[in-house]
Amino acid sequence: MVNIVWALMAIIGILYAMVNGTMDQVNEAIFDSAADTITLVISLCSVLIFWLGMMRIAEKAGLLNGLSKLFRPIVKKLFPEIPDNHPAMGYILANFSANLFGLGNAATPMGIKAMHELKKLEGTDKASNSMITFLIINTSSITLIPTTVIAIRMQYGSANPTEIVGSTILASICTTIAAIMIDRYLRSKRKVKHRNG
Amino acid sequence: MVEVITTISIWIIPVTICFILIIALIKKVPAYEAFVEGGKEGLKMSVSLLPFLLGMMVAIGILRSSGAMDAFIGLLDPVLDKIGFPSEVAPLALIRSISGTAALGVTAEIIQTYGPDSFIGRLASTMQGSTDTTLYILTVYFGAVGVKKMGEALKVGLIADFIGIIMSVIIVTWLFL
Repeated sequence: MVNIVWALMAIIGILYAMVNGTMDQVNEAIFDSAADTITLVISLCSVLIFWLGMMRIAEKAGLLNGLSKLFRPIVKKLFPEIPDNHPAMGYILANFSANLFGLGNAATPMGIKAMHELKKLEGTDKASNSMITFLIINTSSITLIPTTVIAIRMQYGSANPTEIVGSTILASICTTIAAIMIDRYLRSKRKVKHRNG
Repeated sequence: MVEVITTISIWIIPVTICFILIIALIKKVPAYEAFVEGGKEGLKMSVSLLPFLLGMMVAIGILRSSGAMDAFIGLLDPVLDKIGFPSEVAPLALIRSISGTAALGVTAEIIQTYGPDSFIGRLASTMQGSTDTTLYILTVYFGAVGVKKMGEALKVGLIADFIGIIMSVIIVTWLFL
């Protein structure tokens, strides 16, 4: 699916530009976005090195293990395929906590590391059930304080910039629950297909 | 309440670092060596991430700059009006899963046009805050560890985004109208 979506985005854009005379902008965008990616990856690189270094210390000191022991009952239900005391569990929890406090630049390295551990567990280059569950919880982003949005609201003179905190958390939670339910449903369908095939 | 959480957000990183290092010293973990070891892994991941992210960013760049995305939103407008979806936030709803920077720009624009304390302004704020850029997260997380077959991840992610948009409309209508 990602192959088709990816190719279609570029194809539709270029075909549209042919008809509407926006080829100039497209030409520019191709090289601008390629250059922007390098800037983005360099800034990602710095947080990746820092946080994965820090988390390696935490792992060796047994802190991640402690964290996963503490929350195992909840996380076990979400990720039944991860064995007890597996490092993936610790990184998943570290990622969730960082997201909760809106620490995007700490959450990403821990999330990537969690994916790394999940891949080791699975041993293939295909997305596993646990990976999909982990990703959808990440994309619905449960954050206590959506700082960027509050900043924009302040900038445009809101009388109460933080009044959307409640509605944002509520929407996040509802979405996460719904997404987990859909994931579970698709997962059970996959299992049936697997058995029949 | 908000101030407390904001303060926590500022303190939590330095305090976490301090805590990790103290425990490491107590448990006699070679802290610096472990840091370098983990950091090397981070560097490797960034390098493997690069082609995945670059490919995705270029495709999105083409789609946006050609004007095809805006045209699509224009096409959708009358349909959304019919089903009662506030079409003012349609551009945000469509772009939120694809491009984080674009979504942020659209949110700022909507808030500027309609005012932060209007229904549309609150709705755009909630939408922006309660969802994340699914395509980016998928690309980064799968790209860094070299998973090429995403399976149903993209589908589930996009369905979740769709639910998120609907939920935002329902909740903001219920809370603020």
